[in-house]
Amino acid sequence: MFGKRKLAAPAVTTNPAPAEGIDWIPEGALTPIHVEESAEAEIAPYQNTWEKFWSIFKHNKVALVSLIIIILYIVICVGAPLFAPYDPVETNLANGLALPSKEHLLGCDKLGRDVLSRMIYGGRISLMIGLFPTLVSMTLGAVLGITAGFVGGKVDQIIMRIADICMAFPSLLLAMVVSYTIGPGFLTIFLALSFVNWAGTARVVRSEVLSLREKEYVEAATSIGVKKWVIMLRHILPNCMPTLIVMLTNHIPGNILTESSLSFLGIGAQPPMTSWGLMVYQTKSYLDRNPTITLAPGIAILILVVAFNFLGDAVRDKLDPRLQEQ
Amino acid sequence: MVKYIVNRILVTIPIIIAIILIVFLLLQVLPGNPIQVMMKEKVNQAVIDRVTEQMGLNDPLMVRFGRYLWGMLHGDLGHSYKLKRPVTQLIMTAFPNTVKLAITSALVAWIIGIPTGIISAIKKDTLLDRTLMGFSLVGISLPVFWAAMLLQYILGYKLKLLPISGYSTIRHMIMPAIVLGWASSGSIARLTRSSLLGVMKNDYIRTARAKGLVESAVVLRHGLKNSMIPVVTMMAMQFASLLSGAVITESVFGIGGIGQLMVSAISQRDMPLLQSSVVFSTMIIIIGNLVADILYSFLDPKIRTQ
Amino acid sequence: MDDTILKIRGLKTQFFTSKGVVPAVDGVDVTVRAGEAVGLVGESGCGKSMTAMSVMQLLQHPGRVVEGEIWLKDRNLLKLSKREMCDVRGNEISMIFQEPMTSLNPVFTIGRQVMEAVRQHQDVSKEEAKEIAIDIFRRIGIPEPEKRFYSYPHQLSGGLRQRVMIGMAMVCNPSLMICDEPTTALDVTIEAQILYLIKEMQKEKGTAVVMITHNLGVVAESCDYVYVMYAGKIMEEASVYEIFEHPTHPYTFGLLNSIPKTTEVKDHLFTIRGLVPNLLSLPKGCRFCTRCDKAMQICTEYEPDLYDIGGGHKVRCFLANKEVMESGK
Repeated sequence: MFGKRKLAAPAVTTNPAPAEGIDWIPEGALTPIHVEESAEAEIAPYQNTWEKFWSIFKHNKVALVSLIIIILYIVICVGAPLFAPYDPVETNLANGLALPSKEHLLGCDKLGRDVLSRMIYGGRISLMIGLFPTLVSMTLGAVLGITAGFVGGKVDQIIMRIADICMAFPSLLLAMVVSYTIGPGFLTIFLALSFVNWAGTARVVRSEVLSLREKEYVEAATSIGVKKWVIMLRHILPNCMPTLIVMLTNHIPGNILTESSLSFLGIGAQPPMTSWGLMVYQTKSYLDRNPTITLAPGIAILILVVAFNFLGDAVRDKLDPRLQEQ
Repeated sequence: MVKYIVNRILVTIPIIIAIILIVFLLLQVLPGNPIQVMMKEKVNQAVIDRVTEQMGLNDPLMVRFGRYLWGMLHGDLGHSYKLKRPVTQLIMTAFPNTVKLAITSALVAWIIGIPTGIISAIKKDTLLDRTLMGFSLVGISLPVFWAAMLLQYILGYKLKLLPISGYSTIRHMIMPAIVLGWASSGSIARLTRSSLLGVMKNDYIRTARAKGLVESAVVLRHGLKNSMIPVVTMMAMQFASLLSGAVITESVFGIGGIGQLMVSAISQRDMPLLQSSVVFSTMIIIIGNLVADILYSFLDPKIRTQ
Repeated sequence: MDDTILKIRGLKTQFFTSKGVVPAVDGVDVTVRAGEAVGLVGESGCGKSMTAMSVMQLLQHPGRVVEGEIWLKDRNLLKLSKREMCDVRGNEISMIFQEPMTSLNPVFTIGRQVMEAVRQHQDVSKEEAKEIAIDIFRRIGIPEPEKRFYSYPHQLSGGLRQRVMIGMAMVCNPSLMICDEPTTALDVTIEAQILYLIKEMQKEKGTAVVMITHNLGVVAESCDYVYVMYAGKIMEEASVYEIFEHPTHPYTFGLLNSIPKTTEVKDHLFTIRGLVPNLLSLPKGCRFCTRCDKAMQICTEYEPDLYDIGGGHKVRCFLANKEVMESGK
């Protein structure tokens, strides 16, 4: 009932002895011999985290396509000046709300700005917000989590209580409060997203450290007098890597969605800067007259986030230590 | 069990106070006098000074925080600068709308999410499983504001099947509930599937089969109950987050709930309203997580019977 | 009258994995008569559990019975519908597993789990089912059965849980009970109690028992007849007395010799060299030849049949084949 897949392969062939007669018995049949086992023992070759990560794409087509899409997005957005056909802020009222054409593949917005060019530049914000606050919060979370788990005692208590508080604070609400104080913009989102997500990472890393600390090889390292921070870097950090990578691939799509929502609300990217969320907001009144200019940024977000999520699923299946034994 | 619950509640109280403090500090560190914002420029400086003094805004930060907490305990969440009404009253008017939206979208999410997860698990690795999981993945990847607008445009504007915005009737709630429900059902379906698949690997499932139970009884009675423990926890947390105000959905569909209150407080720079509505929302989420935790311990006999 | 309860003929069970087809059970014949206790012995991975799972038809993907017949009295189980098989499981054939700690559902009381088995196969009311369950609890030696009825599995010790499993298996008076390593996970003192309980139940109800184990001590204690399995095939079969007195297959011989004896003082414990072969790349000829101290040239070319050496004693070894041994080649 739980899954059926057909797999055809030949069964093992044996060479059964005939039941009667003695003609088949070969010459020298009774000579005693010593047969050794064939040495081809089946030990799976050792793969470190990175080799495992890359081996995902050998078998998983969806993950491969997702990775290619993400790389394409990054290449196009980083090289925006090379790929964008027009200046994203150059207005030309004659082209106001122009429908898609050969000159403007995705049409123009109300001020006659080329939507394709604006999307290519706008993607920079989405990708930056997707990647950088995630990296910042992951690093922060990993450092604090390892410290809490390894040092223990008061330090652990303090760090984890702060983490509890940050975990309880939704990033969207924090962003709204921060935007009231320092004004809306890139920095607001950056700060809000960096200072919420670290807590989850810290928690997971800490529990990982706590279980790793009991492992023999860490004890062995301690007993021969290796310094604590050396143990942390050399033994514990590499062991946390799978968990960290899994969390990384979970946080990126979430952050991209939060950024676009905040920009849509007017709290995120501010004109003349552009972002996909902001573009949807700016063009939403013209959905009837020129649907492309609203549809395109939404689809761009959707595809990017779907790609990250598919990639995240594949990475988790391969690297999540809790799924390993299966 | 009781000890566990009391313990959990006690741990939560300092977190709530800490969050009130953080929100308070973040909003108060701003230079400039809020009274000026409230009264516009026409009033002369003497009046501003007098009102500032009256409202106690010259007192030290901690005194003001104490006063805010004290007021909060008595149900006084401050006075809105712009709307000229008590914040408590504003929140109490808005909250029922948020509750309405939360309930309808949670229902949609559960009705879609749980069966999708179960079917996917049973039909693991088939085309149906992949389709359903793809649908769920798109659900969690969807930019809600964009999907909401498209739905509004197609169902409301073009086909005229449903009202475009507002919150007076249940018909108004259908579109917002579909958008939010789909987005939330994705994570429920994914968790239900993985949890059920995990549970079905257990030895006691084999025992149930060995007893002669038909497969549907094995899955629904022995598999599902165990696998629902994490799912119910997630459902409670999700519901709490819906109750705390679906900021985006509320603003796209013009639903006068907590989320919209917060957005308008920001755009109008209405500090007391923003402060208290954010605190209110966060508290709902914290309480929701607490309930989820207690629910979890209630569903798991190992913790319950301790 | 034919008192055969279970007759397995030419059973082949294979696992269709991505690395290839694994022949977990490769043509096995087993016969169990009414009231008899039959042992199925072998190292882990030899296919003994898979034989049991094939009988119960509890094989999970990617495993499948590809050939053979499994007769329960006069019915071929492999020809039954899913629905009919459900009526057989837990009712006519029941099974006990190795892991008492995880074999009971943690979210239901043990009473409810036993009642479920009763109500699945007998048309009784809730109250009657409860009485039946409490009655069986009493008979399997669970202290305070009325109170324990409402216990959750985690509140019981491993030994008690295994008792509950036995109770659950016996509650419908099956004609056959399969015990898959029922005592492996338990303490030695508890092991004796559980084996005693199984024997008791067997005597009381006349139930036939298939005892799957890697422990020859368990076999000696509880079985009448024994099958020795290796890499998916029966290597030797005989009555328990015969096996312990005249082990003929070098593998059986090895197994018996690797049990530490209290009557001898030895410096080294006898071991069978090597490891259980990978079922995906079995050696040509006899599948035991790579580990056999008595291997001959012929063993690497032909696979021996099960040769009857009289008295119901059968051996899959050329040493037991007169024609080969007397050919003088």
